[in-house]
Amino acid sequence: MKLPRRRLVALAAVAAVPRAFATPAEVDGLIRTLVGESPLKDGLVHLDLPVLVENGNAVAMRVSVTDPPSPVESIHVFAEGNPLPVVAVFRFGPRSGVPAVSTRIRLATSQTVIAIARLRDGTCWRDSAEPLVTLAACIE
Amino acid sequence: MIRHAAVPILILAAFLSIGASDRRSGYDDASPETRAMQDDDAANPAFLWVKQGEALWSGGCANCHGDVSLMRGVAARYPAFDLKRDRLMTVEQRINLCRTDHMAAPAYAWDDDRLLALSALVGLQSRGMPLAARPREPFMSEGAALFRERMGQLNMSCAQCHEERAGQRLAGSTIPEGHPNGYPEYRLEWQGMGSLYRRLRNCLNGVRAEVFTPDSREAASLALFLTVRANGMIVETPAVRP
Amino acid sequence: MVRVLINVPKQVFRSIPFEVKVLISHPMESGQRRDQVGQAIPRDIINHFVCTLDGETVLDADFFPAISANPFLAFSVVAEKSGILALTFVDDQGVTQTETVAVNVA
Ligand code: HEC
Ligand code: HEC
Repeated sequence: MKLPRRRLVALAAVAAVPRAFATPAEVDGLIRTLVGESPLKDGLVHLDLPVLVENGNAVAMRVSVTDPPSPVESIHVFAEGNPLPVVAVFRFGPRSGVPAVSTRIRLATSQTVIAIARLRDGTCWRDSAEPLVTLAACIE
Repeated sequence: MIRHAAVPILILAAFLSIGASDRRSGYDDASPETRAMQDDDAANPAFLWVKQGEALWSGGCANCHGDVSLMRGVAARYPAFDLKRDRLMTVEQRINLCRTDHMAAPAYAWDDDRLLALSALVGLQSRGMPLAARPREPFMSEGAALFRERMGQLNMSCAQCHEERAGQRLAGSTIPEGHPNGYPEYRLEWQGMGSLYRRLRNCLNGVRAEVFTPDSREAASLALFLTVRANGMIVETPAVRP
Repeated sequence: MVRVLINVPKQVFRSIPFEVKVLISHPMESGQRRDQVGQAIPRDIINHFVCTLDGETVLDADFFPAISANPFLAFSVVAEKSGILALTFVDDQGVTQTETVAVNVA
């Protein structure tokens, strides 16, 4: 198999310098794949994170959708400054009550965290937060 | 002789003159999110250890001690002096003595999850009660001396941070007054449970001082001093700290 | 077997959402850390979590290494009748564990 020279250079770069963190562009690409042709609007979904994070090892996070016009299929959480761009995916089934989940997440640094909610009617909604992390998660 | 007696009296007088309300628990310095974690037993990960402790308790300790609720008030007065064995001991050491002396079982390592589980369960029985350790000598004076002794490469004493600089910021965290009223506790930094000894080890490492061993006289004396210093404060075990 | 704490209200009401809180004892080793001698600590996380009520899905979640150690989850359930709430989770070794708790509808 012959790889075009440009691809080879890119591959070599990845192998030599293991990339340590996700990038906004990477998160952007993942969101575009997730949303597809659907319209993506701000609103409806809420991403609650503390403004000031005491310890990045366990940051209280809540994602929720208030009064959705159509049932919420899933909520996806992305972190632009973590080693991996995806934090969690929550899919809501028929026995779900309020479309909301609370959990605790790791944040490697101050960064933008994004939540995308996908509704059954095909619309996608976005919210983001910019927590300030004083003590980063142990990710070495 | 006279000098020896005067020191503890002075120290005691200093503590009796301040009520519990004049002291700040590490809880008060924690963020609202960390406090919320401690406030809700269903959200406090330390209760995973408490649950483990309950299983261990009914699988052995209950034979002699009955229901664990009978341990109410016990942890609040530790470290305590054991006349029979002529030594000061922490709750963890007491539990291990029950293993070796009464159950013919090996002692748990100081950082064993099972020891943390049992000490969390025993400590929980005293939650909400005021700390009430007895200032037994000479341990109390030895602990007080250690608290004020400059140690390590940074040549700092516990008192320099936890008295003189309490409330100030250090590398992103607030320096608390350093009270032992929540141990064993769940620490976000550890991503797990830890004993007061583990916490002291962290602080000793912080000033690059030599770390005394968990069963050393220094560790127990310092724990006694810290507890008497915090006497009257409410037991929060198992607390959550950043 | 990992330890799990499940908190469900003692009594719930028909068609009225109630909250379930879950704690799971798990290190959620991210695969990003190194040990004292510099060796990479292999990733070991719970990667999938499902909650059902009498077989019907409540929540189906994918976890990544950014979920904190000893994971906590709180979410909402709606029941029409008393039933069994089942929580199933899978770790990186493929080990599956299920815990159940009864839900009593008034
Ligand atoms: C065979 C009986 C026996 C068993 C089993 C036993 N203990 Fe004890 N425990 C005692 C006795 C006796 C004392 C009184 C102190 C002493 O002489 O050791 C005691 C004292 C204690 C105390 C201190 C109480 C106080 O008022 O100061 C604690 C805490 C304790 N035990 C915890 C445990 C735990 C935890 C276990 C299970 C790992 C356990 N014990 C198992 C006999 C037992
Ligand atoms: C350089 C400053 C410094 C020194 C010196 C120091 N500590 Fe600390 N200590 C801290 C900080 C900061 C914390 C808060 C936890 C954290 O974020 O690291 C703390 C936490 C504690 C706590 C936990 C309080 C709680 O609420 O759980 C105890 C107990 C404690 N220290 C005792 C000691 C003892 C005993 C010594 C002396 C051997 C000591 N410290 C020396 C800075 C210091």
